[in-house]
Amino acid sequence: MKEIVIISGKGGTGKTSITASYAYLGGKNIVVADCDVDAADMHLLMKPDFKISEDFYSGELAKIDQDKCISCGKCADVCRFDAIPIINNQYIVDPLNCEGCGYCARVCPTDAITNESLNVGKSYISTTKVGSTMAHAKLGIGADNSGKLVAKVKNEAKKIAEENKKDFIVVDGSPGIGCPVVSSLSGANFVVLVTEPSVSGLHDLKRVYELVKKFKIKAGCIINKFDINKKVTKEIKEFLDKENIVHLINLPYDENFTKAMTIGQTIVEYDQNELSKLVASSWEKVKELVS
Amino acid sequence: MKIAIASGKGGTGKTTLATNLASYLAETQKVVLSDLDVEEPNSGLFIKGNLIHKEDKYKMIPEWIEDKCTLCGICQKVCNFHAVIQLGPQILVFPELCHACFACSELCPTNALPMIPKKMGVLKHFQINNLSFVESRLDIGEEQAVPLISQTQKYIDEHFSEDVIKLFDAPPGTSCPVIEATKDADFVILITEPTPFGLHDMKLAVDTMKELKKDCAVVVNRFGIGNDDVLDYCEKENIPILAKIPNDRNVAELYSRGELVYQKIPEVKQQLENVKDYILKLEEGGRK
Amino acid sequence: MKIAFTTKGTEWDSMMDPRFGRTEFILIYDEEKDELTNFDNQAIEGEAHGAGPKTAQKLFELNPDVLITGNGPGGNAATVLEKAGMKIYIGAGDMSAKEAYNTFKNNKLKKF
Repeated sequence: MKEIVIISGKGGTGKTSITASYAYLGGKNIVVADCDVDAADMHLLMKPDFKISEDFYSGELAKIDQDKCISCGKCADVCRFDAIPIINNQYIVDPLNCEGCGYCARVCPTDAITNESLNVGKSYISTTKVGSTMAHAKLGIGADNSGKLVAKVKNEAKKIAEENKKDFIVVDGSPGIGCPVVSSLSGANFVVLVTEPSVSGLHDLKRVYELVKKFKIKAGCIINKFDINKKVTKEIKEFLDKENIVHLINLPYDENFTKAMTIGQTIVEYDQNELSKLVASSWEKVKELVS
Repeated sequence: MKIAIASGKGGTGKTTLATNLASYLAETQKVVLSDLDVEEPNSGLFIKGNLIHKEDKYKMIPEWIEDKCTLCGICQKVCNFHAVIQLGPQILVFPELCHACFACSELCPTNALPMIPKKMGVLKHFQINNLSFVESRLDIGEEQAVPLISQTQKYIDEHFSEDVIKLFDAPPGTSCPVIEATKDADFVILITEPTPFGLHDMKLAVDTMKELKKDCAVVVNRFGIGNDDVLDYCEKENIPILAKIPNDRNVAELYSRGELVYQKIPEVKQQLENVKDYILKLEEGGRK
Repeated sequence: MKIAFTTKGTEWDSMMDPRFGRTEFILIYDEEKDELTNFDNQAIEGEAHGAGPKTAQKLFELNPDVLITGNGPGGNAATVLEKAGMKIYIGAGDMSAKEAYNTFKNNKLKKF
């Protein structure tokens, strides 16, 4: 069983469309994991049934037991996040400001403060429209994605893949360069970097590749909309050569990507022509490189 | 007037709108644009001004003083983030994991972990005519965007008077950094695409703004592709649509070269005019 | 020599866990005593952030001479292990612990 993670650094480069296409092409032989929990969009294309759901807890939130509170104010004094204002003569925790550091609870003389595990969303295991299994999650408002949630989604996917002897796990990775994307990459066999030839696309590609390099994972790159800026495309290619990243494919600027998404399809279902072939050939290449 | 520009997901045209709108508004009035997407600040690729000020930004982290330490282990016990770890006869601090809650430092019985400033990023202030541009950039490896966002806003408050229009380019998503970047705004513009992805992510952003009790309006980018679901949703929810930026391959090409779009495509300028009218009306209303 | 493996189980035949910070078990083989012991690290699943340094700290206490893992530790954890003077070998993510040990003995694993 091999784990393939698709990441992009920058949003809007077509990462999810490509991941979903691979998920479609792989059919029942793969397990899908959507770790882009901040903007989890893959379900719009893979139509999972949200069959099994589970509350997800991450981090902590202080809670004050008003019966025990003697209003000494020590908690508010030590809080560096202004998260314990006085409202109607009561010390109340502001959940949007509380970082869950637990300092207040440690200084409370009457043990009125406890740290509660924070319910930040739900994780799901579903069957997709092609009959494959998909692990995914949904975050609540103001909740941060975390290495923990990503690890959870990936673990579920892995367990299922192992039990059912599937060949691949295809992971829609988290954006950015923080803890969630580290957790997305951890344990991967191959990374697909999706980028576009814009000044910001190249900039973000370099930033996120620094991370991939640290983990010493083999990587390939898809340049999406390669024809909107030939000059930057050339710069990206030079970067790929220098770093020994496999250039998987160039995809043209094509509104069929959006048209497919609009009716809830992946590009390989919607388009029967060149574009579809290009995406499919990149998937074949990835499979080859990973085994 | 403070206006935040946000979006539920990345890549919908947030930076395009922020930079073009700021530049357009600055043709007739004083504007400051602040890039609060401190992990990936990209506005600066489109706005080139003269650097007039630069300062390092710091957050507080504990520093271990070996001589004072009795290795009691309290520091690592009270750290909920595993940023302080005892390793045999030494204490290790991981600055990127530290939330600067001060617990380890203040609860240390021998003052062996005083808090010291550590550089987390750089703030730069540029000027071109009426337009000021302030960007903050988090150093690679730093994970806490919130303190840098809040310090950048403080800089804006201290350096610009009430009558300057303040635009904030917020980070994408709906997590803590977004909340930090929008919570002081008088008004939030959400940018989206008329597609199922766009609609799904915009709904998350709208819910977040409701939770924060913020007035918001929508700008539709790449208008003409996709379907009408975004428009229908906004109508149902009574969210004004300020502008519809046409879907045009030229926009993508100009963006890819780091150029401002409205100077080359008149339809975009026209749409920005709508946004400007709305902002000016709001400002008038605010004054009354 | 004491050798540590990041694994998904407690036996020689257990598969390696390619992850460092969030590994399920740490298997320790003491060559002199020919003894296999393990540490259950599954509680790490409950940690939102900082799994790397936490596991590295545990490893420090277990004090092996060599660590064999999959992708290798991230920056924070690497700092800890460096302090401990541990030798780290990577690229064993797809093997069983036994295979990983043999591959290591044949000098076929990459040094981190």
